[in-house]
Amino acid sequence: MSREITFRQAINEALDLEMARDPNVILIGEDIAGGQGADGAMDAWGGVRGVTKGLYGKYGDRVIDTPISESAFVGAAIGAATAGDRPVVELMFNDFLGVCFDQIYNQAAKFRYMFGGKAQTPLVIRTIIGSGMRAAAQHSQSLYSIFTHIPGLKCVVPSTPYDAKGLLIESIRDNDPVIFCEHKGLYDMQGDVPEDSYSIPLGEAEVVRDGEDATIVTLAEMVHVANQASDQLAKEGVECEVIDLRTTSPLDEETVLESVESTGRLVVIDEANPRCSMATDISAMVAQKGFTSLRAPIQMVTAPHTPVPFSGVLEDLYKPNVDRVATAVRQVMEYQLWQAPASKG
Amino acid sequence: MAGTCIEGVRMPKWGMSMTHGKVVQWLVSEGELVSSETDVVEIETEKITGAVAAPAAGVLRRHVAPPGDEIPVGGLLAVIADAETSDEAIDVFAEQAADQGPEEQGESQTAAPETIELGGRSIRYLKRGEGLPAVVLIHGFGGNLNNWLFNHELLATGRTVYALDLPGHGQSSKDVSDGSLAMLVQCVLDWLDAVGLTEVHLVGHSLGGAIAVDTAYRAADRVKSCTLLASAGLGVEIDNEFIETLVQASRRKQLKPQLEKLFNDPEQVTRQLVEELLKFKRMDGVQSALHAIAEQFVVDGRQVINIRDQLQQLAMPTLVLWGQEDQIIPATHAQSLPDSVTVKVLPGCGHMVHMEAFSDVNRAMEQLWK
Repeated sequence: MSREITFRQAINEALDLEMARDPNVILIGEDIAGGQGADGAMDAWGGVRGVTKGLYGKYGDRVIDTPISESAFVGAAIGAATAGDRPVVELMFNDFLGVCFDQIYNQAAKFRYMFGGKAQTPLVIRTIIGSGMRAAAQHSQSLYSIFTHIPGLKCVVPSTPYDAKGLLIESIRDNDPVIFCEHKGLYDMQGDVPEDSYSIPLGEAEVVRDGEDATIVTLAEMVHVANQASDQLAKEGVECEVIDLRTTSPLDEETVLESVESTGRLVVIDEANPRCSMATDISAMVAQKGFTSLRAPIQMVTAPHTPVPFSGVLEDLYKPNVDRVATAVRQVMEYQLWQAPASKG
Repeated sequence: MAGTCIEGVRMPKWGMSMTHGKVVQWLVSEGELVSSETDVVEIETEKITGAVAAPAAGVLRRHVAPPGDEIPVGGLLAVIADAETSDEAIDVFAEQAADQGPEEQGESQTAAPETIELGGRSIRYLKRGEGLPAVVLIHGFGGNLNNWLFNHELLATGRTVYALDLPGHGQSSKDVSDGSLAMLVQCVLDWLDAVGLTEVHLVGHSLGGAIAVDTAYRAADRVKSCTLLASAGLGVEIDNEFIETLVQASRRKQLKPQLEKLFNDPEQVTRQLVEELLKFKRMDGVQSALHAIAEQFVVDGRQVINIRDQLQQLAMPTLVLWGQEDQIIPATHAQSLPDSVTVKVLPGCGHMVHMEAFSDVNRAMEQLWK
């Protein structure tokens, strides 16, 4: 049966189903034990966002609560993964991956390659991304383009409860290290999710809305901004095709190129900073491989090249919104291709 | 006096998820005579477009809902009465009916599918209506109990109609062991026992048709009639690309062109239809279940199940319906059937004949059950 649950519950359910299915799946992270049914104050825990609530009561020692020691427990998880476990790490905020990045990009990401395919690292690092919660510069970044840059890492950025569950199950079953990015603005989002187990392949973008005038490529919370902007634009007679990348590595280039081939116009929306980002990556890819389809210059709607401001007023300005997206789409729609002057004589 | 011969044409409920329908166009003008089987209005839902038949004979006195209007299920679309009924009486009827609409809708939404445990498998089914003997609807390969959205509810007036999810399908267990026809038939027989049905009319679509015949053959004393819609097992030809894609594809763009082959009108393949199939295919165990079943009934692109012999030996009334434009299993398979079998080939329909020509299909089955 399918029913409405939150993004948070969808992730909890994916963890629960995979732990029940495979005894090698373990959880490691800060404050992740506890939760419903545990003793005393532990009842309130279950991770910083309550995502793992209830799992300690069910799976006991397979839910490992750690001190604040990211480099230690991420390293331990990577070691456990190479030895046959399937650890799912909760690393509170993606901003903190920096302190354990050697283990992630120099070790976990490289094992399969450097051991000639004889080693595998089936590891998932779940981490919170995103701005909009007044959580300031060190707890609000969206660093998925950094993870995407590293060969050997996979990177998943879901936008709905349904996708979150199916993509997390797939990520846990995947034999490579996966960085699973959960946007903090989505945890309370409700959506239709089947109770049973299902998986969504990594590397398949989703066309969440069909349209023939302009393509909007985006991910995570910005998918919903794109949809709202598209609703507004539809009233003006402009039909946008909205593509949710879902995974940034592997990247589904084909779905993006096919859409641009039919619309001829591309707007990329990315909540992250603009340099060396998913916005530039998608734009460059389309400029290179879909150049002849383009009828207007590609538009990017991104954050500015600044840290995420703590000031609410500034943070709202920082984040791409419906108006900015609609303006960018109108720009690609209004652009006139240079026309050859009528030939003489 | 006047009130007794006024009838409302109401927005039907085609499937559990339908809450509204859009009036596409009127097929009968105001003032025209209608019989109780005349299609009077074309309705579009997010799943399909279909025609609504007049509930009674009379004059179509008023179009209450203009084309383009979204009307809730149970809402009044038109008024039928005799020519003598006054316009004032029609007005009163329309006003009263407008108030009754939402209540009916609330009632029909309460029916929910049930699940039963059979030999380690859970089988989901949906029961509508009351009245014996019951009708059992068996879907085809890759389908589920919702495939009957234009039949189930409409047939369940004065009789019990069940639709079930076969093993490996819908929300039944995905374990199909060897995926054989014998296994599927045994499952239907066990289900009949468990639900306590001793007299039934069977209806099967596509693969479900082969299941219905074999079930009727093995439980001849319990099956009162057998209806086969675009049935498997009556010839060797089948669109293998469709079957293979249904088993293997994981993407919308692979599935959509194949699903379009199911209908004469490819516009029937909505985004939602493709989406629901994709969500089903992503469930754990579905791909291997579909693969196992497909291997048992299609080998090297040809059907290897043959139910003609069993069909020949059935003593109960048997009806075979086919869409003339069926691209999955050709309508020529409806030829050279035993004389005892009633055969109807319906023009302008594809493989999903029970959706595309649901009025005709429902009518033909109701005639058979009389």
